Amino acid sequence: MQLIEDHGLLRFLTCGSVDDGKSTLIGRLLFDSKAILADTLSAIEKTSLKRGMQDVDLSLLTDGLQAEREQGITIDVAYRYFSTGTRKYIIADAPGHEQYTRNMVTAASTANLAIILIDARKGVQPQTRRHSYLAHLVGIPHLVVAVNKMDLVDYSQARFEEIKADYLAFAAQLGIQDVRFIPLSALKGDMVVDRSENLVWYDGDTLMEILEAAPAAHTEHDEPFRFPVQYVCRPQDSTNPELHDYRGFMGRVESGSIKVGDAVTVLPSGRTSIVKAIELGGEPLREAITEQSVTLLLTDEIDISRGDMIVKTDALPTQTKQVDATVCWLAEAPLDRARTYLLRHTTRETKAKVAAIEWRVDINTLERQAAERLQMNDIAQVSFKLAQPLLTDPYVDNRGTGAFIIIDESTNNTVGAGMITKLAA
Amino acid sequence: MMLFNRQQTQLKTLPHLDWLEAEAIHIMREVAGQCSNPVLLFSGGKDSICMLRIAEKAFRPGRFPFPLMHIDTGHNYKEVTDFRDKRAAELGERLIVRSVEDSMKRGTVVLKHANESRNKHQSVTLLEAIEEFGFDACIGGARRDEEKARAKERIMSFRDEFGQWDPKNQRPELWDLYNARAHKGENIRAFPISNWTELDVWQYIQREGLELPSIYFAHQRPIVRRQGSIVPVTELTPAKAGEQIIDLQVRFRTVGDITCTAPVESDADSVEKIIAETATTTITERGATRLDDQASEAAMEQRKKEGYF
Repeated sequence: MQLIEDHGLLRFLTCGSVDDGKSTLIGRLLFDSKAILADTLSAIEKTSLKRGMQDVDLSLLTDGLQAEREQGITIDVAYRYFSTGTRKYIIADAPGHEQYTRNMVTAASTANLAIILIDARKGVQPQTRRHSYLAHLVGIPHLVVAVNKMDLVDYSQARFEEIKADYLAFAAQLGIQDVRFIPLSALKGDMVVDRSENLVWYDGDTLMEILEAAPAAHTEHDEPFRFPVQYVCRPQDSTNPELHDYRGFMGRVESGSIKVGDAVTVLPSGRTSIVKAIELGGEPLREAITEQSVTLLLTDEIDISRGDMIVKTDALPTQTKQVDATVCWLAEAPLDRARTYLLRHTTRETKAKVAAIEWRVDINTLERQAAERLQMNDIAQVSFKLAQPLLTDPYVDNRGTGAFIIIDESTNNTVGAGMITKLAA
Repeated sequence: MMLFNRQQTQLKTLPHLDWLEAEAIHIMREVAGQCSNPVLLFSGGKDSICMLRIAEKAFRPGRFPFPLMHIDTGHNYKEVTDFRDKRAAELGERLIVRSVEDSMKRGTVVLKHANESRNKHQSVTLLEAIEEFGFDACIGGARRDEEKARAKERIMSFRDEFGQWDPKNQRPELWDLYNARAHKGENIRAFPISNWTELDVWQYIQREGLELPSIYFAHQRPIVRRQGSIVPVTELTPAKAGEQIIDLQVRFRTVGDITCTAPVESDADSVEKIIAETATTTITERGATRLDDQASEAAMEQRKKEGYF
């Protein structure tokens, strides 16, 4: 079967509250891309009637859990899928209510594009600012501002331009560079997939066209090669004598690329070697690129285990027992400065203690304040002392080696997320 | 202001199936790296057949760092259980089978009536097997697109010592940093193909040339039509009085317990034809074929809270 050109997979995030029509927009994308299937629809119609609504409520398609259906709000990150034939999409739908920051940071961490919804009647709101700040903080490279409910402002171009100017004014303050604007009505379907007679003054792309053209990679520059070792394959017990000396270092290329013959350094030991072979499922490859899971074999017999990192010798990460990071606190229990936490970074884990909380940011005003402890949803600048060294790059340069999670060993819960900042000058 | 465009980027990116495969391999290796005694659930169904290929890509030329296990209701199609045994033998990996019927003999599974579907009772047998072998992680082939309640489940999903899932108290999952830590007695369910859709699964089967049990392809089968569903006529699911048995060209989209799995009418007798059908279908996989999920809108969520996969 002849398959159409494959433009890979795009993960994107939708930010906004139910009031902005976010769930309706997602429902519309799924519906118009023919992914809302007949039997799902019939179940939705029943529920809508039960709730006393007349039209089919597209937003009901995206509310997953029983408790939420009862409350009529979305309370956790949900993932949705659709495909256009040329590209597969994963939507992370983050809710707009109380646990907003925590959920949005979670959803944003894997997204390469964010759609920020603005209600055309209300214009830029404090939450628009918050969404944009968080999307930018988590390093989403592409923002799309969707001015929704244009049908309720008579499809006014003047209103659209006004909102655009307001947004650009504060986007510049935040340092947001790549942003596009689109007027639409998710409810009516204007400019989501189909163009609209109501918006003839808008000659830009539809939302779907923007999604189809956006780069799927999370960076557009060449990052240095980073290969955290997940697992070591040593099939000594095999009956095949050729495998007795086999040492395969298994992992996923977090960034950059690697070819057979490249000079590599193994960290933290600092031992150097040459890539002898690259394999996938025992089959040889010439090269491995970002996000590919492979097995590397080296020319020298080096003791390597899970948690080590293989990098190209000409571009080493920082090896450090102290990290400064922007942290989002995710747990009900506040950060306790007296306690020791576990920090998981790439495939490494180390015990960590808070050395200082530099500041906490007020998510509404973006002002920095002094802070002694962190509550759920707080964003703060924190420095940690580590028991074992980590192999890091600043998050802005490299998501894979700049991110970590904080684990509470007593509950094993993931309680925080950190993004390593450049070492203070 | 810079405008983004895919064509302007020079960096190579992976085609979507390669990306999904790479993610799944990464997740399996994380389970192997973080957990001390994992197990991979293998039923002989299409999703778990993909999982075995992913495990081969993740761990060959070594052996899998986990055994395979099937929770058998005793009501599975013979084509599927035969295939299960054959595939495990070909791979040279250890297959554990634990049966709901044994739980019934022990008295830990009590059916409401003799004809009740055993599907939901698999949870009990699974928990018993977890305890018997001391597994700290179960790797499964569930996908988020299968059902609403699964859309919010984590890739590494934590279960307490009763196997319960608490949808309101899930661990946040960020980047590709998975937290598979569990205390003794607790358990992690890991879902490497969470992000795959039914179409992705079929495209992967095609690309990898994977063999499947024959009942996935169109074949003649005696059926009755009951409340909008096609119900296969078997010893376990005989026709009711007054129902007309007809021979129909059908295929199964999911295979599970005979009493709760229905086929769809189809002429698709090859993977190519199934892909074409899947891409254009207007009915979801479980919607048409799982008689048990239709019980109520929240049926799956309820079963998962009780320890179901």
